[in-house]
Formats: sequence, structure tokens, C-alpha cells
Amino acid sequence: MSNATTVKVYVSSHVRSYTAGQSEIEAQGRTLAELMADLDRRYPGLRFRVIDEQDRIRQHMNFFVGGELVRSLAHPISPGDDVHILGALSGG
Amino acid sequence: MARSVSHRSRNTSAVRARRVDLLVATQKGAFVLRGDAARRAWKPQGPHFLGCETNHVVLDPRDGKTLLAAAVTGHLGPTVFRSTDGGKTWAEARQPPAFPKALEGKGGPAVKRTFFLAPGHASQPGVWWAGTVPHALFRSDDGGASWEPVSGFNQFVASLHAKKAGYLNETPGGAITHSILVDPRDAKHMYVSLSTGGFFETRDTGRSWRPINAGVLADFFPEKYPEFGQDPHCAVMSPANPDRLYQQNHCGVYRLDRPGEQWERIGTRLPPRVGDIGFPVVAHPRDADTVWVFPMDGTAVWPRTSPGGKPAVFRSRNGGRSWTRHARGFPPVQGWFTVFRQAMKSDTRDPVGLYLGTTAGEIWASRDEGASWKRVTTHLPRILAIEVVER
Repeated sequence: MSNATTVKVYVSSHVRSYTAGQSEIEAQGRTLAELMADLDRRYPGLRFRVIDEQDRIRQHMNFFVGGELVRSLAHPISPGDDVHILGALSGG
Repeated sequence: MARSVSHRSRNTSAVRARRVDLLVATQKGAFVLRGDAARRAWKPQGPHFLGCETNHVVLDPRDGKTLLAAAVTGHLGPTVFRSTDGGKTWAEARQPPAFPKALEGKGGPAVKRTFFLAPGHASQPGVWWAGTVPHALFRSDDGGASWEPVSGFNQFVASLHAKKAGYLNETPGGAITHSILVDPRDAKHMYVSLSTGGFFETRDTGRSWRPINAGVLADFFPEKYPEFGQDPHCAVMSPANPDRLYQQNHCGVYRLDRPGEQWERIGTRLPPRVGDIGFPVVAHPRDADTVWVFPMDGTAVWPRTSPGGKPAVFRSRNGGRSWTRHARGFPPVQGWFTVFRQAMKSDTRDPVGLYLGTTAGEIWASRDEGASWKRVTTHLPRILAIEVVER
């Protein structure tokens, strides 16, 4: 992956069964889509639990890139961006 | 009625020693209720997938050790977990049920939950079928590790939408695909039910489908007996006679004897104060004329609880011509049970054992074909499905 940006990814407890319990991992990608592809290669199955088969971020998952809530996988990743994959506050 | 088979064997000495386990799928995970050979002592084990809405846990009867579990959480998407060691360890399906990616710019459907799992025909080891929300059918050829859409069925569903808009709808739990029935005599012959949408048949392993809903009421449409659009809650094929089908529908209890095409409403012979609305229906393993239902209150705003707060099973020994109420052991009053469509099952022992799970997390068991009942566990989460395993 040329010119890929490596960033820190913070994941909530919902998906730590995929990351061997880690809450903070690193991933590469120029876009959120590429970053998720990188994560799914290393943590198989993670992507489908948070992104559906139509490439939509699942309704009750929130992705923050550089502090900004994003809903599109085309969102660019810039050096220094922190990425948070978090379960939304939905259900009390 | 002429095609029904009745051969209630008493030669069960080998069977009598078998232990019964219940695979219990709940709103918050899966449990196993381990029973002894006498079906008197029960011990809950688990949970598996704690926190996951688990809609169905099924053992592969062909190998006796592969288990599949359909799970989803409030946040994460749906998946299927697999165990090949009888539930000691679990792994996620490599490719869970999912629709094909739509063309760029076109919105496509996404699986919200896998609702129903069915092992394939005995001659097709490794084949499984899955019914999902929204309405769709998926097939696995590798014991549930990977799943592909059954395009013949899914295109058929789309054709029904196109043919009559508004006749396929969602229940409060979504547009459910369930009661996948594989004819033990013919792997190509299957039935699938849509809630709501109706009852459908294929004779070519899912490539083409046709509705079989004649005689089934759909009182929620201006057209009361449409070609499709009905709401089967649960359909079962008699193990004693695969041509005998029973259906607990949103609008009554029905029987169909194939090759007939006309369902007969047999629930009208239930007491009027009870009615014939409910979720589950159970067919006897050896007697095609014996069937059980667990009626619920479907009046006014549809409480979906035991009518009058008096839970009872109704059993017919004659294909639905008459029914007998059985409530011994259940609370005589103030028993507001709700039993979902997949949460009442039988074993194959003699006499047959029956098991039902409530939305209040209780499991009740009968060792005498439904005549009397005993609560065998409490305090589980809301029970969504039960499957019986005999070892």
C-alpha cells in the first residue's frame, strides 16, 4: 500500500474479541476503507461486524477520525489522525 | 387425513437411556440445559456469546457434533458462530450470511439478523440453510463456515414485492424468514415461511418457488385470502408423515395434507374464549395426528400472553378435529406467559417430552406428552428458541 498512513486506532469493548483484547492498535490506509481492509486482514471478521455488506457503517457504531464523526468509508486518513471505532450510546 | 401415518412405537428400550439436552437461545446469549436420562434433573450451563441476541442454536444431526448459533448484538452486525466439538469451543463463520454488494450508487439490503438455521438433507452433509431478517435464504456447503445467498429464493421475494406491493411486511422483529423444512424423502423439496408473506415451496432445491396459502386467512388485508401475504408464525412437517404440515399462523391454526393445496383451519375447534392465535406448533415425532399448540391472547391490542393469564397447552390426537386442554403444573391464574415461535419443541422419547421457554426466562417441561408440566429452570434471559438434543 503506497503512501499509506499509519495511525492509531482505538476500539471499544464490543470488538476487542477480534483484537486479542487490545484497545489500541495501529493500522494503515489512505482512507477509512483502506484502514478497515488492513484491520480485517489482521483481525478477520472485524470489518463485517461494524460495516455491512453494502459498505455502510452499522447504525449503532460510530467512527471518529481526527475527532470528527464520519459515516463514509471514503473519508481520508491524514498523518496524526487518531481513529476511534466505538459503540454508539444507543439504548441507555 | 387418509395419508397420515400413526405408528406410536413402544419399542424404545434403546431410546429410553438417552439423555436430553436443550439448546436454549436467548436475548442475551445461549445456554445448554443438561437433563438426565429420566428427564427429571436439569442443570443450566453457559452462557455462550453473553450479551448477543442469539436467535437459534442447532446441532447437526448428521454428525452429532457440529453446532451453529445465529447471533447479533445491539451494536455489531449479525454473524454465525460454529462449533465442531459439541460446543466446547466456538469460532465465527468465515463468511456469514450477507447479500451481494449492490452496484455503486445503488442502495442494497443488509442482513440484520440470522433468524433460523436448518441442517440440510441427510444425503447432503455440510449443507445448511439460513433464514434471515430481512426476508432471504442463504446456503452453506461447508458446515456453516461460509454462506451464499440463494438467488432463486431472494429473487422470488423481490418478484412478490413487485407483484403486489405491501403484501410482504415486517413484524415487530423484522421481516422474518423461518420454518425452513427439508423433505426427508427428497433433498430438492423444501418449504420456507415468511412472516409476513406466507408459506412457499420449492421442488428444485431453491431455484424456483411457489406460494401455498389457499385457505389461510390474512385478516389484516382488505383481501382476506390472498395468494400470498399471510403471516405464518411457525410451520412444521410431521416427522411421521412429511406430507402432513401444521401451521400456527397469525390468523389461526391450520393443517395441510399434501399433495393437497388447501389449508384447513383446525384451530376453530379450540375453545372460543381461548382462540387459535399463538406462536409455536409442535408435531408428534411418531404420530402425524398428534399436534400441540400454546395459544396466546390475540384479541384487541394483541397482548400475546396466555389467554386470561391461564397458560395451557392444547393437544389434538386427531389432526385437529378436537383439542384437549392441558394445564396441570402451570399457574392456574396470573400466569402471563409468552412463548415465541421457536421456543416450544419435543423430544422423540416415549412418552414424548415437550419443552417450552418463556419470554420471562423460564423453561417448562412435560414428560407425559403435554399432560402435566414442571418448571425446570428460571432466571434466564428472554428465550427466543429451544432445540432438543438427545445423546
